[in-house]
Amino acid sequence: MIWNVLYAIWIITALAMVGSWISRRSRVAEGLNLAAAVIDFVLVVVLLIATPGHPITALNHYLLLDDFGVWVMFCLAIVYLLASLYAIGYMRWMHGEETRLHRFYALFAAFALTMFFAPAQNNPGLYWIAIDLTTIVSAFLVGFQRAPESIEAAWKYIVIVSAGLGLALLGTVLFYWAGTFILGPVYDMTWANLALVAPKAEPLLLLLAFLLVLVGFGTKVGLAPMHTWLPDAHSEGPAPVSAMLSGALLNCAMLGIVRYLQIIEHTTIEATARTALVVLGAFSLLVAALFISRQTIIKRLAAYSSVEHMGVIALGFGFGGPLGVIGALYHMLNHSLTKSLVFFGAGNMMHAYESKEIARIRRVLRFFPRSGALWLAGAVAITGAPPFGLFLSELTILRGGMQSANPWAVWWMAVLLIVIFIGFLNHFRAMFFGPRPEHAPHLKLRFVHVAPMAVALAAILLLGLWWLPPIWAHLAAIATQLGGV
Amino acid sequence: MLIFHLGGVQASLFSLLTIIALILAFVMLGSHWIKNHILAFAAESWVIAALSAAIGLSGHYPELVFIAALTALFRGTLLPYLLVRIVNGLGQNREFTPLLQPASSVVLGGFLVLFSYAVAEKLGVRMNLMDSIAVLALTAMFSLKLIGFLMLVLRAEAVSSILGLLVIENGIFLGSQILVPGMPLLLEMVILFDLLIIVSTFGMLIRYLHKEVGSTSSRDLTRLVG
Repeated sequence: MIWNVLYAIWIITALAMVGSWISRRSRVAEGLNLAAAVIDFVLVVVLLIATPGHPITALNHYLLLDDFGVWVMFCLAIVYLLASLYAIGYMRWMHGEETRLHRFYALFAAFALTMFFAPAQNNPGLYWIAIDLTTIVSAFLVGFQRAPESIEAAWKYIVIVSAGLGLALLGTVLFYWAGTFILGPVYDMTWANLALVAPKAEPLLLLLAFLLVLVGFGTKVGLAPMHTWLPDAHSEGPAPVSAMLSGALLNCAMLGIVRYLQIIEHTTIEATARTALVVLGAFSLLVAALFISRQTIIKRLAAYSSVEHMGVIALGFGFGGPLGVIGALYHMLNHSLTKSLVFFGAGNMMHAYESKEIARIRRVLRFFPRSGALWLAGAVAITGAPPFGLFLSELTILRGGMQSANPWAVWWMAVLLIVIFIGFLNHFRAMFFGPRPEHAPHLKLRFVHVAPMAVALAAILLLGLWWLPPIWAHLAAIATQLGGV
Repeated sequence: MLIFHLGGVQASLFSLLTIIALILAFVMLGSHWIKNHILAFAAESWVIAALSAAIGLSGHYPELVFIAALTALFRGTLLPYLLVRIVNGLGQNREFTPLLQPASSVVLGGFLVLFSYAVAEKLGVRMNLMDSIAVLALTAMFSLKLIGFLMLVLRAEAVSSILGLLVIENGIFLGSQILVPGMPLLLEMVILFDLLIIVSTFGMLIRYLHKEVGSTSSRDLTRLVG
């Protein structure tokens, strides 16, 4: 029964994809896509409630359903829903693209579909393939506008990420090889089997394999110094695509790193591996802080903020322990919601002021009181200020870090978060309270441009004011399952 | 396990094929002409297909023979054909802007092989595998990986970037045939198809690059920085 829900999610998203493609009518396509997003969201909530407290497999152990995977799908479903709603308003602004819009929605649904595949794979190889497919589909979305910049971003994205995923594939093969010494030459490659053999495998081989996987999937997650594709791809795609890349895709890739971390738990290399993850996270924060402070392009600002938050999540999982893991999981949800809000706001303002440059966007509140206020609140939220959800999750991660083997990273993280807070909000200060612009924007924002932002803001405000006990209990259960206790 | 039960003839044959594949990577490093790169890549893929078939027949992994046929068809024939079509469409025959002369890049490639051997040897000593083919397989895997990266770094043309990625994939495929010949069939097939999709995707993106940016050289992709 529960598997049928998962299959239904895939089938409905696939139907939206095919329907959008063959309908060739943009209005039909956007309706189909939105309908699929709504149904997917409802079904994922059903999964969230109905998934038993232990991992279950199906289809000859090829599929896996566990609370962690469903949690990642939940974050994805929220972003997909918000982005689909926002896309209706945003994509109609694209002049001259009316005849190609149905393709956009087909690709958009395909992108969501590949991301719904990834968390449910029980075979690390098939998970790798799912992540690879997300790259291919999203590269076309990034390059959808066919401007030289978008094509350049799409090209860099696919080359860098493919090279990174090549490393991850090598790591996957080495993991399988390590298992053949214990389970024999042919065995089922599943997360559980690899976790079974890891304590008996040669530590040096395991460490090499893990580092390859970490760097490989770390490229896709956008951890520095492999983050270089991220600001390009996130800033050049249409705003709904940026939200999906940032709020959904990065989590899907992070899931792989965590699953491999789970495999090497209880081996002699665990401490080294965790430290490697913490170092990558800490370095990502540094890179993000430096580039955020001196950024001039509005969507690149938001993109570097994604590098920052993936660094924070990496730190949470790297610290481990119940607090670290719970904080990281909560951070995934909060980041998905808040980053969508920030990208939607950036998309609105880019169109209103017809410029990507921060220097040309001025006095936002005066011209766009509602959208501007929501966007400003989102900016405050994304820097981790109270009373929003990200504050709670970052605080939890910091608390987890105190008890971890790498307490130095707590201080590092705290200082850089303050630097980012100042640097990020300084840009917003300029945009909201700077001198009057020469040309006042004349764009009229409609309901669909603002409503998704309001929904996201309400959610992160709620999550920040009140960490719902069932959510805490659920995340604690996931942390126990992941073994990070 | 295959690497422990190899006869002298089999081990020599597998070693020979592995080394030929490695040498073909150096052909790619040492040439200026994109068509040569593609030919060397095709030849390398056929060598890997031969290796798969040899392992499949001698190690009793019948499904590897099937994989070998697919490898020869996809990697050895279809992908090179697609690449040649892209190159012909662009009219771009030569790699104009290498950072290093071919001779220097070959020397650099040699050092990468030495480094790969050092890593593989360390693993081999730890795992008591020094007298098996495993060290050679690991060396080939790591070297092709690094040579692929070297090609990505040194070469500017879009087609060369694709070739670099394909060399990386070839290295993994080559090594995994020897080290883990029992790896699930489904996985290897899907990875082959995946590769085909990636190359088609790259082909399309190159067309857009050509049309929108007016160049297919990564040295001209400088709009997005910081």
